[in-house]
Amino acid sequence: MSKELIVVLLVAPLVGFLINGLFGKWLKGSEKLSGWIGTLVVLVSLVCSIIVFASLHGGAAPFDETLYEWITGEGFAFNIGFHVDALTAVMLLVITGVGFLIHVYSIGYMHGDEGYTRYFAYLNLFVFAMLILVLGNNYLMMFVGWEGVGLCSYLLIGFWYDKQSATDAGKKAFIVNRIGDFGFLLGMFTLFAAFGTLDFGTMFDAAEADNFQKVFGASTLVIATLLLFVGAIGKSAQIPLYVWLPDAMEGPTPVSALIHAATMVTAGVYMIARSAVLYEIAHTGQVVAWIGVLTAFFAATIALTQNDIKRILAYSTVSQLGYMFVGVGVGAYASGVFHLVTHAFFKGLMFLTAGSVMHAMANELDMRKMGGLKSKMPITHLTFLVGALAIAGFPFLSGFWSKDEILHSAWGSNPLIYGIGLVTAFLTAFYMFRLIFVTFYGESRVEPEVASHLHESPPVMWVPLAILAIPSALIGLLLGWGGHESWFHEFTKNVFPEAHHDASGNVLVFMAISSVVGLAGIAFAWRRYSKRAPSDEPTGTFHGLLANKYYVDEVYNALIVQPVKNGSHFLLWKLVDNGVIDGIVNGVAALIRFIGGLLRRLQTGLVQAYIISMVLGIVLFLAYYLFFT
Amino acid sequence: MNPEQILFILFGAVALIGAIAVISFRHPIYSALSLIVTFFAQAGLFVLLGAHFVAAAQVIVYAGAIMVLFLFVIMLLNLGTLSVKGMMSGKLKGLAIILGILFAAEGIYIAVNALNDTAVASAEPTTAAVTTTTYDIGELLFSKYLLPFEVTSLILLAALIGVIVLVKREGQEEN
Amino acid sequence: MALEYYLVLSALLFTTGVIGVLIRRNAIIIFMCIELMLNAANLAFVAISRSLGEATGQVFVFFVMTVAAAEVAIGLAIIVSVFKHQQTINVDEVNSLKG
Repeated sequence: MSKELIVVLLVAPLVGFLINGLFGKWLKGSEKLSGWIGTLVVLVSLVCSIIVFASLHGGAAPFDETLYEWITGEGFAFNIGFHVDALTAVMLLVITGVGFLIHVYSIGYMHGDEGYTRYFAYLNLFVFAMLILVLGNNYLMMFVGWEGVGLCSYLLIGFWYDKQSATDAGKKAFIVNRIGDFGFLLGMFTLFAAFGTLDFGTMFDAAEADNFQKVFGASTLVIATLLLFVGAIGKSAQIPLYVWLPDAMEGPTPVSALIHAATMVTAGVYMIARSAVLYEIAHTGQVVAWIGVLTAFFAATIALTQNDIKRILAYSTVSQLGYMFVGVGVGAYASGVFHLVTHAFFKGLMFLTAGSVMHAMANELDMRKMGGLKSKMPITHLTFLVGALAIAGFPFLSGFWSKDEILHSAWGSNPLIYGIGLVTAFLTAFYMFRLIFVTFYGESRVEPEVASHLHESPPVMWVPLAILAIPSALIGLLLGWGGHESWFHEFTKNVFPEAHHDASGNVLVFMAISSVVGLAGIAFAWRRYSKRAPSDEPTGTFHGLLANKYYVDEVYNALIVQPVKNGSHFLLWKLVDNGVIDGIVNGVAALIRFIGGLLRRLQTGLVQAYIISMVLGIVLFLAYYLFFT
Repeated sequence: MNPEQILFILFGAVALIGAIAVISFRHPIYSALSLIVTFFAQAGLFVLLGAHFVAAAQVIVYAGAIMVLFLFVIMLLNLGTLSVKGMMSGKLKGLAIILGILFAAEGIYIAVNALNDTAVASAEPTTAAVTTTTYDIGELLFSKYLLPFEVTSLILLAALIGVIVLVKREGQEEN
Repeated sequence: MALEYYLVLSALLFTTGVIGVLIRRNAIIIFMCIELMLNAANLAFVAISRSLGEATGQVFVFFVMTVAAAEVAIGLAIIVSVFKHQQTINVDEVNSLKG
């Protein structure tokens, strides 16, 4: 593993961004070319990532090197440096692997779009920023990537900027993320104040050393880790800042798959896994775990009643991210990251499948207007089924392994978290199969004009689906067989601190319980939705509450947005801006005018008047010189 | 009272009276003639100081050339008595005179006291017999002060061109 | 004769020139007053030169005379120009600089 390799890995997407971004105008004539350029640069990164992974797997030492001094000053230095260990390698593979397939898929999906080259430029830029986020060897580099992916997310959510709802969603994502980013910044400041550096290596060594405890105590770390977690809450869409993610579905579907399911939203999980040492010392994992499990449950209940395919998937993502936080929160860092990996594959797969459905259905997203798509789109149906089974925890598919590990660890930490997690697993299986039964089975409710050209997607779209379906199904088995002695745990064991939870209880029992719960969810969904049309949903109060997403958006609107708006309008605009600021500006002008009016009288145009003042000056200066010095 | 003192008082009084006459006469012709008187009196003072060459230059350049120029312009403009105004209005005039008195007081104070510590005051008083010859002046002008001397020629050239430009523009407008 | 007498006389002549500049309205007379001031300075130069027993002061008198000559030439040309434009050389009537 050499420096050059890492640089190539990182810079390749940037090159793609520059080509598509700067010369997109000339590439517009041949949109295939610009799409393939964008895809090939990610392929280069993927190949590099595989080499990195292979050398680490072969026993190479983790890479940690500073390449460039970025900011230096009195007593501090921020460097551009890379840290590559097992965790980074896993993230690299997920980002470039899923990213590459999604780029290929996008070539077909975005075909004929006005902003084709712009799309690929943004997508390459996103991959570049995400790579910085995971490659950096200090928090500042991570923050640069963190902000970079936020920017790309904003750009891609509002990609169809002539659509009001898309630009609104983009702004919402950006503003909500800012709240989190502010927490992240404060966390960084706190860490810098305590350690005098932001480098992972130096900082973690210092944190583990005894004298740090004596000098600063753990309370500094409690504050710092909680502030960093605020950043993770924003970026990874946890309670209470999750509201942007469902709206982010306004962007193109492959973007939802890549950014808002597979990679960017998992940045918070990565950050906590990376900072595992700090969280261990500060004992703030419980907070993380509780936020995670509540989010998981909360989002799953909302997903039960939604009718928009992509929104269901979005809430499902929020819910699954909650699981990941449970994992890293209870100290099972490897399990959390493992779920991150499996989730990236099967959720990416499901989003792309949803995109395929949209593609065929002329951008229809309401599943009440679908039904019976199985016969028209067999491949899409099959791949979606694989994804859904994986997420529902069907035995031996990916989600089964990773989710089970997390739940098992949660039991060792706090049975209540385990209980909520288990209920959520049931809900997950239920809403996913509700989606499947309503969309792909039963009678067709498709509108005639749409039905006439209902078709399977072109190969450039279904091939990535098929490729993604394989790891979605099998990756859990391959990497997770053997629980805590599995390959994945072995590979990453040097990265994370020693797991402190006791693996109490028989693993097989837990597996059996999870399987039963998952299958029960599927069965309930089958009973409820396979025959009946979805229009006769129950209409109770509770259902209404869920369908309206607990009115969280409305509450935020009433409690935060409106007061801010009113405050801006009446206080800031009318009073401060119009009154004070304009008053100052106009007042200055009026004052100058007044003084000018006075001074104007001195300009008599009479030469002697000027000379008199000159002579007066001479007399005064002479007097001062003669009599006072 | 030796002759030098008598001559100093005589020339000094004439110069001062001439100067006051310059600013008192209403018509510029009288003022110009008074100025010539002052210049001649000053030339006498220069002789008293032993600066014979300067005295000669004073008479030739000032009383001769410059004053002729003044008179020439006055006559060229041919200002009638009615169009010539005298003094400024009272307030300005009063202020000017007060300032002038203060200024003079400071000047006299400098003349009497302020030079006490300087090289001028400590220099050996010389007798009137010491005169500076044209030879001395010429030697200084063409050795130590050669560059300033050349620069003055540039000033004269610039003045010459300036005057031509000013007058020529007027001529063109009339055509 | 002591140096002081010449310097006092020089100061008085100079002040006369200053007052003349301040109180007269005729531009030509104002110019004459400027000449008065320059001459007063010359007197001081020559007196100090004599007192020090060297010729430098007199050399400066020549420079002053040169500048005075140039200044008078330009000044009078300006006065002629102004008179042609405004039919007056009274400075209180030439006040287009008035604010």
